[in-house]
Amino acid sequence: MTSAADPKAVKRERIARRIARELPENGLVNLGIGLPTLVADYLPQDKTIFLHSENGFTGLGPAPLPGKEDCRIVNAGGKPVTILPGGAFFDSAMSFAICRGGHLDVTVLGALEVDEEGNLANYMIPGKMVHGMGGAMDLVVGAKKVIVAMEHVNKNGAPKILKCCTLPLTARREVDIIVTEMAFIRVTPKGLYLEEIAEDTTVEAVMRATQAKLIIPSSVGRF
Amino acid sequence: MKRLVSADEAVSGIKDGASIMLGGFMCCGQPFGLIDALLRRGAKNLTVISNDGGTPCTGVAKLIEQQRVARLIASHIGLNPEAGRQMNAGTLEVDLVPQGTLAERIRAAGAGLGGVVTPTGIGTEVEKGKQKISVDGREYLLEKPLRAEFAFIRADIADKFGNIFIAKAQKNFNPVMAMAAQTTIVEAEKIVELGGLDPDDVTLPGVFVHTIVEAGK
Repeated sequence: MTSAADPKAVKRERIARRIARELPENGLVNLGIGLPTLVADYLPQDKTIFLHSENGFTGLGPAPLPGKEDCRIVNAGGKPVTILPGGAFFDSAMSFAICRGGHLDVTVLGALEVDEEGNLANYMIPGKMVHGMGGAMDLVVGAKKVIVAMEHVNKNGAPKILKCCTLPLTARREVDIIVTEMAFIRVTPKGLYLEEIAEDTTVEAVMRATQAKLIIPSSVGRF
Repeated sequence: MKRLVSADEAVSGIKDGASIMLGGFMCCGQPFGLIDALLRRGAKNLTVISNDGGTPCTGVAKLIEQQRVARLIASHIGLNPEAGRQMNAGTLEVDLVPQGTLAERIRAAGAGLGGVVTPTGIGTEVEKGKQKISVDGREYLLEKPLRAEFAFIRADIADKFGNIFIAKAQKNFNPVMAMAAQTTIVEAEKIVELGGLDPDDVTLPGVFVHTIVEAGK
């Protein structure tokens, strides 16, 4: 699926594979646009997982074959997709009742910044990127588990896991897990707990790439 | 029986400064024919309520590109660079509303509610200027109803009473918007006699619909 020559693709695949393992049997899961969407390619074969599409259906399936597109079935990015057997269509009020009402098991989103309290900033950079929050605020507030999927540092090499977010927040204290190409971090009431590190890195390297304080257990897992 | 007219006739009463809800999510389920008729009509200085700013050269994006919109209330404008450009230039006022809150504010207007009390937006810029309400120890925002003079709705089938069927993922904002406008105009691919649409297949009851337009007419 990815070329070994493309380190960015390798990083993204690793993040997607690790998150896919975290999804529960019979879970209803929403995958954000971009990196989170990749998780769909690695869903565990031994589990039944249904994907929710915020624009109004459950049972989100893969992109259709060329020529088989149906403009009446698109994903949250407006791209043609398919619906799987067992799926259901509904309107936007129902779609967000599902999110906000606690019926969505997991939401996976990208982030610009995450911090020690589990605050998330992912929808705007004042003066630069003002796209709007779309469904992100409702998803993050309502989902039972919020997983952030992102590269560990930004394109300038600066940490994205901070002591305190500087950008406008998408939601306060809602993030549960952060998965990057370097680390699997759980947000706990005591702070950020470094549960696992990637096979090609070290605890020290993860700490150097992270501005937030990390809690390091005596034994850190590998992924 | 509802008024059955051409798209141009349906929008002929829309004046400069009107407020209009447009159903659809990106290109899916937008009432393109009514939007094109509105462009021909020439009304400007509009307030448009729509999930998003659309994608270039289609539907709601055309209204923005042709500078007919003074204020846009939407959840996302990232796929329409022109909306961002006009916003930064100060010629387009944009109110960004979380998508679920947008749906519920519109539904509240149509359902006769004084607003919705939602946890979405607490601790963010969305809470600015809004009343906070504590219910059983959890904090919520009071979000007020959102209504409009007109709603443009896209349907696959309409009967002559205005009952409509909307297929697949085109439902999105169409049913709630149809409830929240003084005048709701449906653009249907197909119009059938009473009895031609099984009551079990009705996505939105015709009580909310005032005018029906056959797509392409």
